[in-house]
Amino acid sequence: MSKGSKHKDKKFGMVIDLDKCTGCGACMVACMSENNVPFKENESNKLDSITWMRVYKLENGKSFPDADICFLPRPCMHCEGDHGHAPCVSVCPAIATDYDHKTGIVSQIYTRCFGCRYCMAACPYHARYFNWWDPVWPEGMEKLLNPNVSPRMRGVVEKCSFCHHRYQLALDKAYADGRDKIEEDEYQTACTQACPANAIIFGDLDNKKHAVYSLKKNPNTFRLLERLGTNPKVYYHSSREWVRRAGDNYLKHETTKA
Amino acid sequence: MDSALIPKGVKRCSLGRFSLWMIALTAILLWGVIAMLLCWFKGLNQTNMNDAYGFALWIWADLAVIALGGGAFFTGFLKYIVGKDELKNIINYAVVIGVVCYVSALLILAIDVGQPLRSWFIFWHANVHSMLTEVAFCLSCYLVVLIIEFLPLLFENPKLDRKPFFHHLSHNMHEIMAIFAATGAFLSFFHQGSLGGVSGVLFGRPFAFREGLFIWPWTFFLFTWSAAACGPCFTILITRITEKIAKKKLVKDNVIDLLAKISGWMLGTYIIAKIFDTWYWAAYTLPKQGFSLIDFYSNNPFYGIWILIVEIFVCGIIPAVILISSKGRKNKRLFMTAIILAVIGVCINRWVMVMQTMAAPVMTFEDWFMYYPSWQEVATTILPVAFGAIFISFAYRYLPIFPQESELNPID
Repeated sequence: MSKGSKHKDKKFGMVIDLDKCTGCGACMVACMSENNVPFKENESNKLDSITWMRVYKLENGKSFPDADICFLPRPCMHCEGDHGHAPCVSVCPAIATDYDHKTGIVSQIYTRCFGCRYCMAACPYHARYFNWWDPVWPEGMEKLLNPNVSPRMRGVVEKCSFCHHRYQLALDKAYADGRDKIEEDEYQTACTQACPANAIIFGDLDNKKHAVYSLKKNPNTFRLLERLGTNPKVYYHSSREWVRRAGDNYLKHETTKA
Repeated sequence: MDSALIPKGVKRCSLGRFSLWMIALTAILLWGVIAMLLCWFKGLNQTNMNDAYGFALWIWADLAVIALGGGAFFTGFLKYIVGKDELKNIINYAVVIGVVCYVSALLILAIDVGQPLRSWFIFWHANVHSMLTEVAFCLSCYLVVLIIEFLPLLFENPKLDRKPFFHHLSHNMHEIMAIFAATGAFLSFFHQGSLGGVSGVLFGRPFAFREGLFIWPWTFFLFTWSAAACGPCFTILITRITEKIAKKKLVKDNVIDLLAKISGWMLGTYIIAKIFDTWYWAAYTLPKQGFSLIDFYSNNPFYGIWILIVEIFVCGIIPAVILISSKGRKNKRLFMTAIILAVIGVCINRWVMVMQTMAAPVMTFEDWFMYYPSWQEVATTILPVAFGAIFISFAYRYLPIFPQESELNPID
């Protein structure tokens, strides 16, 4: 970045179109590959396997012909909190997780984390994962790991970083080119690029030129568990009312937030 | 063989019998140590915890032993600050039980972290916004205070007491103990409260989240209050168990009666506050977040509304009424029932604040998470119990813990 340039704070986020998502899981695979996410020999127990990006299957509970399903990809929400505190950041006793006000990204410092798991207890989205084991890669696979992302050790918490290393690489490239700004397409997450249906859109939520800026304002757009005050930066879009209602908790008499 | 170490004017069982008792306890302790080493060397995959249950049996055990160890700070507060002098006859034992509880809590915490060798980060890279940081600082400081409170007792061992240095040190420490008792009460107020804050600040977890005063959720005050109420009940319970095992009376009834009466009033006022807190949470806090009370007590195989009734009514109102009434305290059976119920009640409270918080689904498309501990978790939770029994046995045998023992049990 050139000297003296003024950097406006960014607020990176996503808008995921649930009407487009087919549940193919390409985002999950791309995320694991990009971020050196470890896996077990037997992945049948999903409660102790690591999936930074996890696709949930939602059902409307009705029978044929009204039955309907929806696939909901869930990365880390990179919450800002209504009062400036993400649920997980404020509780970490060792500042091993931090909210970057320049990007809006909630980071995780693996070498600082001592594995108390308080952040996991605080996160209502179950977006944080604990390394119950040391990572074991199939023979030869360690040579295929992404050199820009450090693998994590046993006993620490990890989570989606919005592929933060890609942001750093984009900044480096811009600096080398003598630019002080990066374009929308220069920093995109792995899941966004892998989605064949183009359901995941990523960008600066505060930048009018970025697609997410206008998409987040669509009346059919909502966020998960907004009523808790987590103020997440991942938005979802669906034209189906039951899907939008599934995004938050409502009392029986309450109508779904428009 | 060890008669020189036994305090004057009291009788103890033979060394052989004592050794057999120690062997039994050490066997249990070793079982826990094996499990602890497995967790340290192989990692927390030895437990049944998972990504939904990041906090489980150990955190509950931590919260529970600290609440039960609250007898030390509250009895100290009553004796040294309020001036209830009769309590000098039980304060030593309250301190011993406190030391056991706090050492246990720190040991469990040391096993419970994924990277134990980095535990010092909590002090070095402290996040002042985190309740856990406050817990770590206050807990460590208070353990030091408890050890300072315990030392004069240790120096009163006949063998050590013969050395003029220890004799005078012990005497002088007794003289200034009020300062440490006040420091302990201050520190305890904060860490008991911070432990309540640990779950109360989780605004992403509607079951645990509570509004409050400034930065402190209501659970902050409720935890301190309940520890002050139920901690002394645990001190009384352990005293009674010790009397049962030793087959003799160790503390006069008027001392126990006074402590129980104060506990009863504390429990009574606490339970009123708890009822008010539950009502406010159900009527205002939860609906704002889109939940109703019954959402947290239905659609799962274990956590029904019964647990709330048992906590508040059976283990709260009933023991409070018994302990407040003079008739209730005089009826031995009723009295012990109340003491046991109060102890169970505070353990249930800590259980739900940890376990039910983790179990209850927050996202609409998730189900309840159920968990049962692995044998390694159970063994490492029993480890401190065995340690406590060993510590208390040694303390009882070799230290003049009960000032009234020789008067109540004269040796012919």
